[in-house]
Amino acid sequence: MGCGTSVATETQVKKLETEEALKSPSPALTLKAAVLIQRWYRHYMARLEMRRRYTWNIFQSIEYAGEQDQLQLSSFFTYMLDNVTQLNGNGPDLISQLLDPVIDPWLDRETCYKMISIPESYTGPRISFPLSVSDTNTLLSAFKEQQILHARYVLQLLYETKKLLKQMPNIVHLSTSYTKEITVCGDLHGRLDDLLLIFYKNGLPSAETPYVFNGDFVDRGKKSVEVVILLFAYLLLYPDHMHLNRGNHEDHIMNLRYGFTKEVMQKYKTHGREILQLFKDVFSLLPIATVIDAKILIVHGGISDQTDLELLSSIERHKVKSALRFPRRSLEQLDIGQSHRLGKRMRSTDSSHPRSSHSYNENHRTPSLRKRRCRLSRQNSGDSTSSSSSSSSSCSSLCSPRTPSCISPQTYPSSPSTPYNVLQVPFLDSLSFVPLPSPPQQEREWKQIVDILWSDPRTQEGCSPNTFRGGGCYFGPDISQRLLHQHGLQLLIRSHECKQEGYELCHDGHVITIFSASNYYEEGSNRGAYIKLGKELVPRFYQYQVSRTTRRLTLTQRVRAAEGSALRSLKEKLFAHRSELMTSFQQYDPKETGCVSVGEWAKVLESVLRLDLPWRTLRPHLVHLAPDGSVEYQSCFEDLGPGAALPQVSPNLAETLFRYRTDIEIIFNIIDKDHSGLISIEEFRHTWRLFSAHLGVAIDDGAIDELARSIDFNKDGSIDFTEFLEAFRVVHKLDIKEHQLSEKMAKKKYT
Amino acid sequence: MAEGKPENISAVRKKITAEFQLFDYENNNTVDVREIGTIIYSLGCFPTQADIREFIAEVEEDNSEIVHLEKFLPAMTKVLLENKFPPIPRTKILQAFKVLDRDQNGYLQPEELTKYMMEKGEPFTQGEMDEMLKTHTHRQENVIYYPKIIDKLIVDPGM
Repeated sequence: MGCGTSVATETQVKKLETEEALKSPSPALTLKAAVLIQRWYRHYMARLEMRRRYTWNIFQSIEYAGEQDQLQLSSFFTYMLDNVTQLNGNGPDLISQLLDPVIDPWLDRETCYKMISIPESYTGPRISFPLSVSDTNTLLSAFKEQQILHARYVLQLLYETKKLLKQMPNIVHLSTSYTKEITVCGDLHGRLDDLLLIFYKNGLPSAETPYVFNGDFVDRGKKSVEVVILLFAYLLLYPDHMHLNRGNHEDHIMNLRYGFTKEVMQKYKTHGREILQLFKDVFSLLPIATVIDAKILIVHGGISDQTDLELLSSIERHKVKSALRFPRRSLEQLDIGQSHRLGKRMRSTDSSHPRSSHSYNENHRTPSLRKRRCRLSRQNSGDSTSSSSSSSSSCSSLCSPRTPSCISPQTYPSSPSTPYNVLQVPFLDSLSFVPLPSPPQQEREWKQIVDILWSDPRTQEGCSPNTFRGGGCYFGPDISQRLLHQHGLQLLIRSHECKQEGYELCHDGHVITIFSASNYYEEGSNRGAYIKLGKELVPRFYQYQVSRTTRRLTLTQRVRAAEGSALRSLKEKLFAHRSELMTSFQQYDPKETGCVSVGEWAKVLESVLRLDLPWRTLRPHLVHLAPDGSVEYQSCFEDLGPGAALPQVSPNLAETLFRYRTDIEIIFNIIDKDHSGLISIEEFRHTWRLFSAHLGVAIDDGAIDELARSIDFNKDGSIDFTEFLEAFRVVHKLDIKEHQLSEKMAKKKYT
Repeated sequence: MAEGKPENISAVRKKITAEFQLFDYENNNTVDVREIGTIIYSLGCFPTQADIREFIAEVEEDNSEIVHLEKFLPAMTKVLLENKFPPIPRTKILQAFKVLDRDQNGYLQPEELTKYMMEKGEPFTQGEMDEMLKTHTHRQENVIYYPKIIDKLIVDPGM
């Protein structure tokens, strides 16, 4: 087919030429067309990738912001225990009763589970001890069928596990000489599908397929119980080939917040409390570290410059039940000065030396401190002092300003010579200074464990408190190098941080992060991975991604789903900080036009929410623009928020409740000792008062009482917590939205 | 991209910096050179691979595989203000697809598209090809209705 010449008229020449060209395009034209399409498609894919990145950022920022709140809560408990003597006669007695319950004498007796009989009607899995392969297979198939293991078996399993773990050292030593390859897995967080996928791809645990699971088996995912039962079952079956390290979520206080406690109580209504008590013991008995061939160290979080493996081997690990409950005698809590100095690095185009920007750090305090400052004076920068001389590189200070993990804090030279001579302890409105001698042995040991479970690596050298998480340290390549060298090790494998590809190398290949919960933030957010190590000890990585649907989602669909979820969380945060945000917006809008510039809007969000996100890029999803291009800031709060507040309740209360919803839930769960879902009005009142005193939020006592009375719907003196939240439609509205979205996703056809 | 009104330079610079920092994992105002293409695209541009290579040559730090914000910012600002890699209008893309559509029947066979995309122009990698086919091949009929894709991909609100 050649290019025919046309004898048509002038006007038709062009048209015919085009048609001819289309019928038999010249190579040059084809080339042009191909390039054009490639250019165009690559543009689209790049923008998709961009959206994926910032979605990821949102999730991470919010996740760690959440964790920081958790630590603030625990510091509240300790503060109360250590400092408050009387609070209407229900002070520390109430709290200490709640947090240090009397050990149930039944639990250590062998007969405790034997007293529980299994009804004929039970259709779940039946196992017998000592466990055999058929028992673990039974459990596997049962869990795949969504069955629940009877409480009696759970208790028995936990009891046997506890017995076994008691015999194990803090640091377990393995060798590859007699086995094939060792598989190392990271965080699972209750994702049964991921565990099953790993077993499917890699093989069930056995003498030929030994495993190390590096902590964080529970919380967040919906099948934590099943995951941990399987892991413990295999541990009992193959104690020499199955190895479990403790993670920071193997901690009963973390469990209160992040879902494991709730899951257990939901699945085991009658025996839940006993089961939780046993879990608490078992978790604290899990080994802290694993070493392979004396060359590879595996711990959940990381290390610090104070990490001492000999010391770690010698301590009584089970005494550290929770990283979030300090040793009683310690006042080493809200070290505001510390965190003030190590505040978030500024992300600003104006400043080239963020370190020098002192005033910027003022914005990055703990919520409670900021609230206090707001009351006293907004511009007062000389407020809480910082003992800038004490550089406490070794201090695991909790409850400090948060930095998103994608931003590392500034390096401050570590001078272990002056750890901390002076501590600042907040007491309501002021700070009292408390001199402290060198930390007693108990605290040293506690810190050793916390560092192992909570630390994160970073690129900058040195070691500084992990202000992001509020526990453990950030450790630089020099710290890893030093520790590895000191003990003749060559590699550190850790988990604790979600990575898009399921794994990541850093510190020049000497530190590997391995994460095994795929789709952690949202469907499609990340892969999971595991490592295989043979005799040559060269790690090989295997990745996977669990897909809820049988048809694999395309990148587009995954990004959209993840984005939707991230934006929802973000909007939640906007609402929770509504009054602060409005106040700040109004400062930029003296004429009350209802608008501010995009730049001002971004600035306010960044300083109030303390989330370092690309606000301008996110703007179209969060707020409306006026015709002149400025931002209508009120529209931030549209589309979300509790329903009409109860008439007696001021907006502040609703917002505070919304923001601290999870924290409140935890407290309520603690108060509600028998986990019946009901608490007395008296208890409610006291709890609320304690909580608001700690937060520094002024809530009228009368308002609390009104509230308590109004929600006691059946007037019997007790409150159902769900109803309480329901009254503010906090739970309801968000659940509705999530439900709607998941229905939409389910219905959405493949386009 | 086009937000309806011309942005002033300072706003442009802020935008560039924000997108740049999304990839700045070490917080030292540098990004890996391999991310540059994505950043340029995400700022609304439609460069060819050759364009990107040229741009990188200007801003990369002596083969260190790193690009500093200091160099990236002025170069990218220029690109945006001069509209150097303008968007491709819908009609043009449609035309391009039509060129490839031998039978002029409004769709392409996956094999056809693969041949063009992977052999001509600035070829796709296998990964890029797989993603394109997976996303856009009509499930039952196993062809690619290009007018539909164009509609979907052109509308990219705000992002």
